[in-house]
Amino acid sequence: MNNIMIGRFVPGHSWVHRLDPRTKMMITFVYILVMLWANNWQTYAWATLFVIGLVRLTGQPFKLYWDGLKPIFWLILFTVILQLLFTPGTPVLFSIGPLRVTVPGILNAVYVMVRFVLIILMSTILTLTTPPTSIANALESLLSPLKKIGVPVAELSLMLAIALRFVPLLMDETQKIMNAQKSRGMSFSTGGPVKRAKAIIPLLIPLFVGALQRALDLANAMEVRGFKDAVQRTKYRILSYQKIDQVAFLALGGFVVIFLIIKTVIHG
Amino acid sequence: MAITFEQVNFSYGAGTTLAQRVLHDITVDMPTGKVTAIVGQTGSGKSTLIQHINGLLKPTSGQIRIDDFELTASTKEKELVNLRQKVGIVFQFPENQLFANTVLEDVMYAPLNFGATKDAAKLEAARALNRVGVSEDLWGKSPFELSGGQMRRVAMAGTLASNPSVVVMDEPAAGLDPKGQTELLSIVLELKKLGKTIIFISHQMDHVVAVADQVVVMNEGRVVAKETPRQLFNRELSWFQTMKLDLPKAGQLAEKLKDKGVTLSRRPLDLGELAELINQEVGHE
Repeated sequence: MNNIMIGRFVPGHSWVHRLDPRTKMMITFVYILVMLWANNWQTYAWATLFVIGLVRLTGQPFKLYWDGLKPIFWLILFTVILQLLFTPGTPVLFSIGPLRVTVPGILNAVYVMVRFVLIILMSTILTLTTPPTSIANALESLLSPLKKIGVPVAELSLMLAIALRFVPLLMDETQKIMNAQKSRGMSFSTGGPVKRAKAIIPLLIPLFVGALQRALDLANAMEVRGFKDAVQRTKYRILSYQKIDQVAFLALGGFVVIFLIIKTVIHG
Repeated sequence: MAITFEQVNFSYGAGTTLAQRVLHDITVDMPTGKVTAIVGQTGSGKSTLIQHINGLLKPTSGQIRIDDFELTASTKEKELVNLRQKVGIVFQFPENQLFANTVLEDVMYAPLNFGATKDAAKLEAARALNRVGVSEDLWGKSPFELSGGQMRRVAMAGTLASNPSVVVMDEPAAGLDPKGQTELLSIVLELKKLGKTIIFISHQMDHVVAVADQVVVMNEGRVVAKETPRQLFNRELSWFQTMKLDLPKAGQLAEKLKDKGVTLSRRPLDLGELAELINQEVGHE
């Protein structure tokens, strides 16, 4: 269970760790947006360079990022194969029935893969260097204008924070229940698909029961401490932009401008 | 079945940058038909140790012998099925493992997994439920309708139903009321009478005194003592403070008496012995 890396936070003191979570979130968002405009290898190269630079700045071993990529390996492979087989164009290298492998197809497949990897790396940088509660806080702060049109931003971000908090707890719980059922002779790896699906029931039911119980306990704990929704709350941690955030925004601006120059110059 | 740990080391995430060494060079044995208590403060490696006994965890180096079975780092998952039938583990708060529609079905889960026929499994389940004192009118109910204490018993039956020769329990009394605790101890003694090898983790020294034949003390991933309760609880008071362990209630009382100037000839293990020693003291004067 410990190898699931999605959304895991690793504490540290790097520059990236010290950035305001809102800054990191906006950088990630802008980066992903810009990636959708990438159209030739020079732009991809520039975008890759930017991510590698950021990864280095976080001071975390690359293995952590690699672990973050592994769970979505099959998704990437699937998309790449689709691109490879169904992109029309010339020259055609070879074809079987309706499937054609073309030179633009190969190019497209590589681009899609790189785009995927870069976007995942960028989001991993965000989650690896930012505690879940900060992410929820940042989201609340960034979305706060929506309050004016009646969107319950504070409640949504609280829900997000609680959901994120429950992830490690539930993983722990899963491990414990798995150990208990394995001790009672449960085996996931034998039998046909129906038998295997059935084998998960003794895991899922206790997990759901436990999660509901936990949710009720938490609701009670919040209520006895005076929690009410739809009231103006103050914050323990107040977010404020620092000089380091200005530097980060300047860097982001530089990245985007150079990206656009590469894109237009080489394309034009 | 006897269990022998030989120079067992264990690290979580062995071979990665985040490796965390939890067990250091454990060499200890738990003899057949005896009750072994494992004590030690939180984080001393007790739970990690017992998960090695049925192969939920495999040692990073060293080996564990359970009867004629040898568990090492290279043991395959397939070979563990037999072992898990012979070694039953009752985890901490085992009521979290309940899942079936009825109590009886839940307890039948383990025997069925280990290849028993439905009828045989039913028989084993009934025997196990009787053994832990769950009355027959509850067998058809959903396990989630039961009280906490009843759920605990059903979960224990769920482990005992596969008729293991070794029963391992991780803090089985935690969260039970005093009556439930006493009943639990008598279940342990009953299992011992059946010739089972019993290993249990406990923070309550009175429970250790009541049922254990030997005590294994763990501290920071090492075994620091393995002796009878009598030998253990005669150690210096300062040793218990470093190990962050309590004395049994009777021993604590004896220490209080000592502070007030009444020194007993030895440290008593239970209240009966305490009364006897006080009586001796009074008789002398």
